[in-house]
Formats: sequence, structure tokens, C-alpha cells
Amino acid sequence: MKTKAGSKAASLLIFLVLTVFAIFCLAPFFFLLISSLRPGAEMIRNGISFNVDFTALNLNNYWLLLEGKDGIYLLWYINSAIITVLHTLLSLLVTSMVGYGLAMYEFKGKNLIFTIVLVVMMIPVEILILPLYKLAIGIEMINTYMGVIMPFVVAPMSIFFFRQYAESLPKELLDAGRIDGCGEFRIFFQIMMPLMLPAFGAMGILQAMFSWNGFVWPLIVLRSNDMLTLPIGLQSLITPYGNNYDMLFPGAVMSVIPIILLFIINQKAFISGLTVGGVKG
Amino acid sequence: MADPSVIGLGKPFIRRSRLKQLFSSQKTAPYVFVLPFILSFLVFFLYPIVSTVIMSFQRIDGPGDITFIGLQNYKNLLNPHFFNAVWLTTRYTFWTILVLVPLPLVLSIFLNKKTTIGKNFFRSAFFMPALTSVIVAGLFFRLAFGEQQTTLVNSMLGVFGIKPTIWLQDADASMFVMVLLCTWRWMGVNIIYFLSGLQGIPEELYEAAAIDGASEFEQFLHITLPSLKPVIMYVVTISVYGGYSMFAESFALWNGPRSPGEIGMTIVNYIYQEGFNNNNLGFGSAIGIALFAIVMAVNLLQLFSSGFFKKEGT
Repeated sequence: MKTKAGSKAASLLIFLVLTVFAIFCLAPFFFLLISSLRPGAEMIRNGISFNVDFTALNLNNYWLLLEGKDGIYLLWYINSAIITVLHTLLSLLVTSMVGYGLAMYEFKGKNLIFTIVLVVMMIPVEILILPLYKLAIGIEMINTYMGVIMPFVVAPMSIFFFRQYAESLPKELLDAGRIDGCGEFRIFFQIMMPLMLPAFGAMGILQAMFSWNGFVWPLIVLRSNDMLTLPIGLQSLITPYGNNYDMLFPGAVMSVIPIILLFIINQKAFISGLTVGGVKG
Repeated sequence: MADPSVIGLGKPFIRRSRLKQLFSSQKTAPYVFVLPFILSFLVFFLYPIVSTVIMSFQRIDGPGDITFIGLQNYKNLLNPHFFNAVWLTTRYTFWTILVLVPLPLVLSIFLNKKTTIGKNFFRSAFFMPALTSVIVAGLFFRLAFGEQQTTLVNSMLGVFGIKPTIWLQDADASMFVMVLLCTWRWMGVNIIYFLSGLQGIPEELYEAAAIDGASEFEQFLHITLPSLKPVIMYVVTISVYGGYSMFAESFALWNGPRSPGEIGMTIVNYIYQEGFNNNNLGFGSAIGIALFAIVMAVNLLQLFSSGFFKKEGT
């Protein structure tokens, strides 16, 4: 048996350790925010540092960002938003159908298809960037929204998640729906989909997060300045001829804000989206 | 409103309804449900895989200018750039696993304790970095680890009398920055995985062990670790995957696939550089196939050594 003082000291120690790591995790956000308010010339001289002239902080960079370069930043923002929304909605529709189909029905080839889902999950998509690039040229998807979205709409992780979720739904509902004369698709859209709402929430948020932050594939597909997404656009501001810090930092901060708001509103769905799928503990 | 049993039974309707019935009958419906996956798999996965295997035996000088060169691309893999990329990526994967398994495990145990204060706050704080894009993260790490004396990290080291380091020009220092960047972004995600594993362990196990006089460390060793084995294996597997396919972090830190002395050139960087900068799609494909083989080999090795194939079930 431990003494009370001893366990109190242990809790305090744990609290301190957690605090140190929390600072490690949060400090970059603080410094990014401060840097976005500093004049770019000062950033070139000092980098991100403790040397901050707090009296010189101002919102000029943000105005510059909105007006500068003919508002191209705003265009990137809109591109990102369109791609994220389209990608997320399409992906949810399709992967929920596949996951549901795999969970609810017995049919020839079912096990083979599920095995393929698992295998696709295990193969790094990065090895496919060259052949996918060639394919994208072939079907004229270079520099289009669809080119960014299509190859990754049917995300195997998401299928896996929906399948796990649908397994827990009562199969009697299927029969009840059939007796009432519903077709299989009406059963899915009108009876089952509403029951799967939590799964849609979790997967929607995760998909939106991946899509909003997507880097490797958009970098390859998107070619013209006015089609870029936020991360690719920001990356293009970093040039060998000097970095445009005035726009880079406010751009970085503005790119993080929507996803953080989404996180704060939907913390639970975010976390459950990560824990189901893969871990069969 | 449009109930088929009520609305007219005219001929055109019946025909349409039969068609509809066939389409959505119990037999055909499941195939329609999984059709999108099959199509996407064939077009965006199987076809690219087959085409990359074929490309790896070709020299591609232009859309119509293709020559089969047998194993030449694979022979060309035996060069210092490729060995450097494999070695760098292997070390990177090793370090990320060494940090990103034990650290999140310990933190999640702390977060799972009843007596810990502010659990929700810490959970959110640890998870926040995963929300950022790699560009934003890379931007911070580039400039915080800048070479000037005044940067965040160098000025912190200055307090302890350590001379400023030119971080992103030095091989060991830049490996440290890459692993730290990875730790920053993914620690919280792994904590969530471990937390969900921990919450599945029945409380009675610990109570029984405590009655038997087991210390907290013994409980960790004999209850927590074995129960978390599937989660640990999962985290190691995705770390192998993530480590070997690392690209964006290094791309963001050095603004492109090139870095001084190739200190940040991962295997995927090498694919990108050969495929897009040198327009050498055949050789790039061969690198991709090699990467695929490496990831598969490491995963199988890991599964074998953890006894996955010996025991049935989980």
C-alpha cells in the first residue's frame, strides 16, 4: 500500500509530464499565430524565435493575403473547399454502400472482395504515383478537381469502417423493409442510412481532414496556379528566390482554422473515427 | 405518393418496374452496392499496379517512344543514391517506431488513470497537431530549426551554452528534425489508438492483481502489455507503412525532392525526382516496386517475429 502523500506526488508528476508534452504540441500553433502578425522582413532575419517585438504585431499580412496577387489565395481556399466537400460527400456515399453491402448480404465473391479491400489498405499509395500520373494524363484528369478526387474516392479504410459499423445493425430490419415492399436501395437509403449516422459523422470528418490537408497527389495533378489547393499553393510561395513569409504565415494560420473549428465542435466523432477500423483489440 | 401498387398498372409502368425489380432484387443488389469498389479497384489500383510493373521493364523517352530493356532498371537500382534512400528511410522508420510506440503508450496510460486531472484537455492538445497539413508543420519546423542564432531552437540551446547548429544542412541533425516532426504530428493519433485499447481491458484484472500484491509495474508488465499486443502490432504496422512511404515531410523541409548531400532523400523522394524531374518513368517504377517489396518484407518479418502466424485468432 502506498502512502497518500506518495500517490499525490505521483499524480503531480504525471500532470507535469503531460503538461510538458502539451506545450510541445501546442507551442507551434502559438508561434505560427505570432509569426503571422509579424512583418515578413523580421522573419527572414530571425526565423521563428523568442525575439518578438510585440508592439509591431499587426494584421497587415492578412490584408495583404486577401488582396495580394489578385486574390489568388482566396481562389486556393475555394479550390480546397470545393475539393474537400466533393471528395467527402462522394466518398461517404460510395464507401458506405460498399461497406453496407459487404456486411449485410451473402453473395458469391464477397470474401474475395473483402480480402482485396484489406490488401489495398496495406499497400502504400505512394508507389502508385507514377502510373496514376500516366493514367491521369490518359483520361485527361490532369489539372482538374476530378483528377484530385477520383482515384481516392473509394477509400478502403472507410469501407472497412462502414462494414464494421453495419455488422452491428439488426438484420431483421432488412426483412421488415422487404415485407413492407421496399426495394433493397430504398431500405438502404431510408432505413439503414439514418441508423448509420454516427459512422457517417466519424468518416466524414476524417475524410474531410485528409482531403483538406492532402499533399502528395494534388501536388502531382494540379498544374496551373489558379487550380492549386491551399497546401500546394502555400508550398508554391516558398521559392528559391526568397520566401514570401508575409503571405505564408497568415495563409498557414487560415488553413488550420477551419479544421480546428471542426475538431472542437466534433471532438467525439473525430476520436471514434480513429479508434474503429484496423484495431481489432 | 408514388406507391407502385396504387398508381396505374399501365404497360410501360410494369416494364419499368420489372427492370427496377431486377436491378434492386436481393440477388443483384449486393453487387450493385460493391460495384463502385470493384470499378475503382480495377481502374485506380489494379491497372496502375500492372502498368507500373510493365513500366519497370521499359525505358520511356516519350509517349510513343518506349523500349523494353529487361531488367536494366532493376540493375540500375544498385547505385549509391538508391542505397542512400533505402538506408535513410530505414533509419527514419526505425526511429519513428522507437519513439512513437513507447511514448504514446506511457502517455495514454497516464491519461487513462482515474486520478489524472484535465484528461480531456490533454487529449485534445495532443491530437491538435494531426489536424495540420504537412506544409504548415514543415513551415514551423523549418524556421524553428533555422540556422540563425536567434531561432527558437538555437536560442533555447544557447541558454545551455550550446553553439547554434545548422540543422537542415547536417545529416544527423536533420534526421532528428524529421523524426521530431513526425512525433509532433502523430503522437496524439497513436495515443488515441492506445487509449481505445486500454479502455477495453476489464478493471477486474487490475483489482485481482492488486489483491495478489502485484505492483503497478508488474500489473503493466503482465496485464497491460499483453492486452495491448494487437494495438501495438497495428501501430507498428502503420508506422512501417508510414515510415517507408515518407515523402511530404522531407519535401516540405527542403522544398522539393532535393536536399543538401541527399540528407532528406527518402525512397518516395527518389521516385518523385526520377519520375517528375528526370522524366524517367521506367526507373521510377522500378524504385516503386522495390519499395513495395521492402514494405511487404518488413511487415511479414514483423508479423512472424510477433508470432502472428503461430496462434489462431487475435
